[in-house]
Amino acid sequence: MNALSGDSPGLQRRRRMDRAFRVLCTTMAWTSVLILAILLLDIIRNGTQWLDLQFLQSFSSRFAHKAGIYAALVGSVWLVGLTAVMAIPVGVATAVYLEEYSPKNRLSRFIEVNIANLAGVPSIVYGMLGLAIFVRAFGFGHSILAGAATLSLLILPVIIIASREAIRAVPQSLRHGSYALGATQWQTIRAHVLPVATPGIITGVILSLSRAIGETAPLVIVGAATYVAFLPEGPLDNFTALPIQIFNWAARPQPDFHDLAAAGIIVLLAVLFVMNGTAALIRFRTQRNRPW
Amino acid sequence: MQEIASAPSLETIRAGLRKRRLRDWRESGVGSLLLVCALVSVLTTIGVIAVLSVETFSFFREVSVADFLFGTRWTPLLEPRSFGVLPLLGGTLLIVAGSSLVAIPLGLGSALYLSEYSSARTRNLLKPILEVLAGIPTVVYGYFALTFVTPILQRVLPQTQVFNAASGTIVVGIMILPMVASLCDDAFRAVPSTLRHGGYALGATRREVSLQVVLPSALSGVLASFILAASRAIGETMAVTLAAGATPNLTLNPLESIQTMTAYIVQVSLGDTPQGTIEYKTIFAVGSLLFLITLAMNLLGHRILRRFQEVYE
Amino acid sequence: MVDPRSLATTEEAPSSSTDVELDSPTILEARGIRFAYSAEGPDVLHGISMEIPENRITAIIGPSGCGKSTLLRLFNRMNDFIPGTDLRGEILYRGVNVYGNEVDPVEVRRRIGMVFQKPNPFPKSIAENIAWGPKINGLDSGASLDERVRRSLEQASLLDEVIDRLDAPGTALSGGQQQRLCIARAIAMEPEVILMDEPCSALDPVSTMRIEDLLFELKKQYTIVIVTHNMQQAARVSDYTAFLENGHLIEYGETNQVFTNPRQQRTEEYVTGRFG
Ligand SMILES: Nc1ncnc2c1ncn2[C@@H]1O[C@H](COP(=O)(O)OP(=O)(O)OP(=O)(O)O)[C@@H](O)[C@H]1O
Ligand SMILES: [Mg+2]
Repeated sequence: MNALSGDSPGLQRRRRMDRAFRVLCTTMAWTSVLILAILLLDIIRNGTQWLDLQFLQSFSSRFAHKAGIYAALVGSVWLVGLTAVMAIPVGVATAVYLEEYSPKNRLSRFIEVNIANLAGVPSIVYGMLGLAIFVRAFGFGHSILAGAATLSLLILPVIIIASREAIRAVPQSLRHGSYALGATQWQTIRAHVLPVATPGIITGVILSLSRAIGETAPLVIVGAATYVAFLPEGPLDNFTALPIQIFNWAARPQPDFHDLAAAGIIVLLAVLFVMNGTAALIRFRTQRNRPW
Repeated sequence: MQEIASAPSLETIRAGLRKRRLRDWRESGVGSLLLVCALVSVLTTIGVIAVLSVETFSFFREVSVADFLFGTRWTPLLEPRSFGVLPLLGGTLLIVAGSSLVAIPLGLGSALYLSEYSSARTRNLLKPILEVLAGIPTVVYGYFALTFVTPILQRVLPQTQVFNAASGTIVVGIMILPMVASLCDDAFRAVPSTLRHGGYALGATRREVSLQVVLPSALSGVLASFILAASRAIGETMAVTLAAGATPNLTLNPLESIQTMTAYIVQVSLGDTPQGTIEYKTIFAVGSLLFLITLAMNLLGHRILRRFQEVYE
Repeated sequence: MVDPRSLATTEEAPSSSTDVELDSPTILEARGIRFAYSAEGPDVLHGISMEIPENRITAIIGPSGCGKSTLLRLFNRMNDFIPGTDLRGEILYRGVNVYGNEVDPVEVRRRIGMVFQKPNPFPKSIAENIAWGPKINGLDSGASLDERVRRSLEQASLLDEVIDRLDAPGTALSGGQQQRLCIARAIAMEPEVILMDEPCSALDPVSTMRIEDLLFELKKQYTIVIVTHNMQQAARVSDYTAFLENGHLIEYGETNQVFTNPRQQRTEEYVTGRFG
């Protein structure tokens, strides 16, 4: 014992509280991990028994043992494909405009604020926009095209924000080097800025598309069918999608269908896992290869 | 060398000019094209506002604004019809309040752990896990609420109904937890470490520095995170649709079935409601209310956040 | 006379400070301090030994990057917050190793306060800035705490300027006032030692003068260790001066002697290069 051991009762109490608080915060932080583990285990426990080739290759059915997610899986692939085709060019172009072209005026400021706010609009509101514009006004009906157009608008802010960050991370010296060789602005962007920013943009795009795959509410509003016994052949066909099918099964009272929903969730999460893994890999690779 | 320096012929000058004009054309063409793309997002906003207001105005030609905003009975699909939105609003607020009760303490504690206690390695492990939690589709949370949380609640409190606000509340809380944690973590890390050192140099413990120096210094950032997360909870749809029920019910009892604004919109959309009917218009009136509330909260949250970032730029 | 360059290269360089005659009892002592910021990294301090006398002002001078701040922060364990550091040797406070097993770092910092290079008031009111330390350490409460706040402000010669706005935020003061607030904050804890790391480097000459005057006052009650780049300041305020270079203690002695009649050539070059 000595003068510095802090044995005064006051300090001992504070030290105890400090330790207790550390334990509290640590527990809280690891609670998320626990929750995630419980969630995944619950789903795997309930879903794996239904998860087989037949499940992947069958259409939905009134009878649980015959039901599968074939149509939903194919519908989701269609949706994501069309969404990507529509959202990526517009999103990246917007990002390039805002980072490289936009003059510092009111219009640019307005566009920026607007994008930040769009990112916070509830997804169900996008569904209502899609319902009134794409389904009714444009006459797409309850089609894949209407759903994909809606999802495109929904993920546009995410793509824009991620792409802007990637473009901003390109060092200014690269642009100056290009200009010093007499290149124009667009030549500089195409030859130097975009290639360097591409990995970052791809990461953002993948993350936004994985959000699109999981979105349910807007698709319900634009009228994705809950029972589809055929495969879509074109963008104007009716469709269902993975989250819609899961929702439909989960909403039924019979426990068998709940387990089917769990099986569907496993498929959905597997798709998401592959997509996010790819994004993480790209991010990791480029971080390692960057000289700056 | 001499030849190169000699004056170019008229022909080469013309060719050069043509090339330059073409290049200028291309340059300005690209700029305009990009601007058009940037305007898509502006059009989206205009579209949202236009669509919502057109149907909402036509709704208010049949139902008075006061009846809608202050009525306490919501039975738009049954006779006698009544269009008081308060039960839906109440249901939504119940979910927001309950989920905040879950997400705020857990999120704050996690953020303090991440910024003040954890080692870099633990941090690099926990942050991606929080991202995974945030990236799980909401319909999955709905399933989890219905098949896992509710049965547990029913075992503990037998009076719990099959569809109940509590279960939805818990999973919505889990959903917005990563958002609270990561925004608060950002806010804490924006607090300069010189302030922490000032605290430690006065003989403060880590808890005292965390709670009495870091937290107060980051307070506005923390507040912004609560607002933004609550706004997210308000707009959340599938989990509450699946778990909380479809009973517009002005209650404070979380064990009863309720209906949120979003769940009502889904309920109507699942049926086949022809355009022009009053049912069709109700979802836009409810949607407008939802949009306005979340917009106001997001604007407020972002404004506070910007101010906070300016303090410690 | 020892060639300083040989000092800088030999591993077990004998410290030239051991023979310093202090006119006051030792309160703080560094014993063979070697320090690196990471296990693989280079040593930043190479075997520093020096004794700090009670109720005196000791200045630490030396070129940028020589390890002054590092040494200062070792005295009250502020380097604990940097993970992975490597420390050998001992810091003795009244004969007790500050890094000993049963020592609580909180208690160390309670007794050895610190004022930082850049003023870092908490975003709280002036009064709260000062009251916070005594409050959490349970030194005072209520009216006597208010009295302590006033006394500390008085001692830091800040009271007159802020007497009518004690509830204003501490961050709203001028830089010099903020620094005196931070000194008041440290004083309020009634530490025995106050460590100051270039406390005037962010201040104008007038504020600097005021703080120097303040140091003379504080010396009666506290032991002060001050790092400074300002030779005049070191010569004016300190009783003892230590000259550090490349993590070696080149010379340590009575300030007058170090500045007017240094034993080491390196010291002379450094001191005259900027001083003469
Ligand atoms: N946190 C740190 N991590 C790694 N190295 C550090 C750290 N802080 C300081 N160093 C290194 O330790 C050495 C001594 O630094 P220190 O800050 O003690 O110097 P100083 O004498 O205070 O300089 P100055 O007069 O510029 O403040 C320097 O080489 C510096 O680069
Ligand atoms: Mg220093």
